[in-house]
Amino acid sequence: MDVVKVLIDATRAAVGIPAAAFALSSIGLNLQFGYTGLLNFGHVASMLVGAYGMAITVEMGGSLWLGIPIGVLCAVMLGLLVGAPTLRLRADYLAIVTIAAAEMLRLVVRSSLAAPLTKGIFGIQAFADEFFALNPIPNGYYGIGRLRFDARGVWMMLVGWAVVLLAIAFIHRLTASPWGRVIRAIREDEDAARSLGKNVFGYKLQSLMIGGAIGALAGMVLAIDQQNVTPDNYIPLLTFYAFTIVILGGPGTLWGPVIGSVVFWFLFELLDGIMTAAVVEGWFGSLLGASDIGPLRFALFGIGLMWLMAFRPQGIFGTREEMLIDGR
Amino acid sequence: MARVLAGTAAALFVLALATPALAQDGGQSIKGKMEFIDGDVRQPVEGVEILVLHDGTLVASGVSDAAGDWEIPVPPGTYRVEIVLESLPEGVGLTDPGRQVLPEVVVRDGQAKSVRFALGPGLTSDVGTWDRAAGLFVIGLKFGAIVALASIGLSLVFSVTGLVNFAHGDAVTLGAVAAFYFNASNAWPGLHWHILLAAIPAIALTAAFGGAQELLLWRPLRKRQSSLISMLVISIGLAFTMRYLILVFFKGLPRPYTNYVIQDNISVLGVSLVPKNLVIIAFTVIVLAAVGLFLQRTKLGTAMRAVADNPDLSESSGIDVNRVVLVTWVVGSGLAGLGGVMFGISEQVQWDMGFKLLLLIFAAVVLGGLGTAFGAMVGGFVIGVAVEMSTLVVPTEFKTVIALGVLVVMLLVRPQGLLGDRERIG
Repeated sequence: MDVVKVLIDATRAAVGIPAAAFALSSIGLNLQFGYTGLLNFGHVASMLVGAYGMAITVEMGGSLWLGIPIGVLCAVMLGLLVGAPTLRLRADYLAIVTIAAAEMLRLVVRSSLAAPLTKGIFGIQAFADEFFALNPIPNGYYGIGRLRFDARGVWMMLVGWAVVLLAIAFIHRLTASPWGRVIRAIREDEDAARSLGKNVFGYKLQSLMIGGAIGALAGMVLAIDQQNVTPDNYIPLLTFYAFTIVILGGPGTLWGPVIGSVVFWFLFELLDGIMTAAVVEGWFGSLLGASDIGPLRFALFGIGLMWLMAFRPQGIFGTREEMLIDGR
Repeated sequence: MARVLAGTAAALFVLALATPALAQDGGQSIKGKMEFIDGDVRQPVEGVEILVLHDGTLVASGVSDAAGDWEIPVPPGTYRVEIVLESLPEGVGLTDPGRQVLPEVVVRDGQAKSVRFALGPGLTSDVGTWDRAAGLFVIGLKFGAIVALASIGLSLVFSVTGLVNFAHGDAVTLGAVAAFYFNASNAWPGLHWHILLAAIPAIALTAAFGGAQELLLWRPLRKRQSSLISMLVISIGLAFTMRYLILVFFKGLPRPYTNYVIQDNISVLGVSLVPKNLVIIAFTVIVLAAVGLFLQRTKLGTAMRAVADNPDLSESSGIDVNRVVLVTWVVGSGLAGLGGVMFGISEQVQWDMGFKLLLLIFAAVVLGGLGTAFGAMVGGFVIGVAVEMSTLVVPTEFKTVIALGVLVVMLLVRPQGLLGDRERIG
């Protein structure tokens, strides 16, 4: 087994675009789940509307730079639409409604009825040329040793991580403000916050909308990198990637989602590399083939999520015990 | 003479080889055979029109020939294939009205993709909306029976522990897959039992898995006073673990059981239906009645309802709450396993079939009232019928959307469900 290669692949994933995009997505979810205590199991929907809002704008002849604010606006509207009727519900009901709403949205987007707008199951491609045209980085490869990226990748990563930093700065300001104190109070004890005269429903709705807007940006980063949006990319699994990342980094912490995302993608690729190598070396015998690595990785992901939530709900670095949130 | 014969045979052989090759020569195609099947009568149907659509626009069409064969050359891609009902001769109709349109036919490079429209008597081209509705109603009842079986467990477990188990859909899959290994697998254990016999070990296995889950996972978590939210997220983790482990062992292809694969339609009270649907409905009604009697009449059932109502009070009146919860898990998972076998008989066995059902299960339990077993039964049937009947007015691909729409609307107007008691859920 080429240990160096496995480590380099894992490092590449840990600093690459998926890690940046999921850091961003998790920052949005962290605001909802970590700070406000909302169990939003449909976070992937905001990534979907962000990416589709942008892609459809370009497809209809608009500029990419117009598409980005439109995508964000779509996600804010989605938060309002989903949140307004459901945020009065208890946590478990909210989880059911949000995951159902996200699946409904995906099914509608892929339907032939919406196809004139969304191109159905084929999705929309090649809408981000404007973004790559701005790439100031000369052609060539950049990096250390065997860990190298091409100019396109470097440009994408620079922008992706810059957006992550901006989002972190924004969340820092937001959570240090009186607004941030109120949403944390809602997480700890909704009734107490209400008895102090706070409009709990309004704060929850705002948190859902802002988190959704950040999720939309994450969807756009992924979509721009792939120059592709297809409905079946936005499956519930993505929401639970973000959940795992938030819990890994520590819910309700500023840098938690970023650390969580880097660690998550490093481990995810590392596992993949080790298992692939193990199959090549024949350690599994005839028990497992190369095509089983993907599913097995997801199964281990599930075990990891269970273990984390059961034993380290405060994250790998967290120490606080305030994460024993209860929805009842 | 022998030489001539041999030559003719060789020519025929070449022709036989060439015919499928011809289809590939022009690239890819979608093909099929229009055949009227009524009991032992099989005859080709000529002149049936087939439309091929891509992105909502018509790309090609074809007509079946005297042998009932049709073939339409297309480039690789995903197509929507429709049969033109008006072109069917009188007395010939689709056996399954839901399959007038095949929304996603994937044609790969160089492939002559076969699709099948099952033709039979009964639902004819001039079939009235009422007959079609009656047919869909029966299909809806069958689907509702499956959803109801799968929903009771989720609702019961919620009622005694307060946990919404996101891994419940994968218990359904587990039942279906386990039955597959006893019924159709050539590998271990290679028993080839009839599916109704194979269902027994499958249900036992699923029930045992439910019990093991409670003992090894949920009870320790409750003891540590884990919050509801962490348990929800843990059930998600368990769902992924189960689903993808099943994928590793079962692989991605959908596979049928060996029994009840293709059945001819029968006509009951003027409604054309597949016999296995009737069996599924009848069997489910019996099981549901048994569950109802168990809950209402037996000591254990009463205890279950007592724990659901108030665990502390039940404990102090001498009920062994932990034992009741364990029984609930075993019964609920077993029913999910049974639902899985039924689902597998009705369609095919696939690694993510339970997850696809999960959102419909949610719709059913929320509709009936989360935590009420009878509500889950009613909700299951309502969802099943609503989903199938909706295809009368909306495209088939919106089936699930309809169910989820019912779920969302129900939560907004009557969150406690049809049969639930009013309580604070906000």
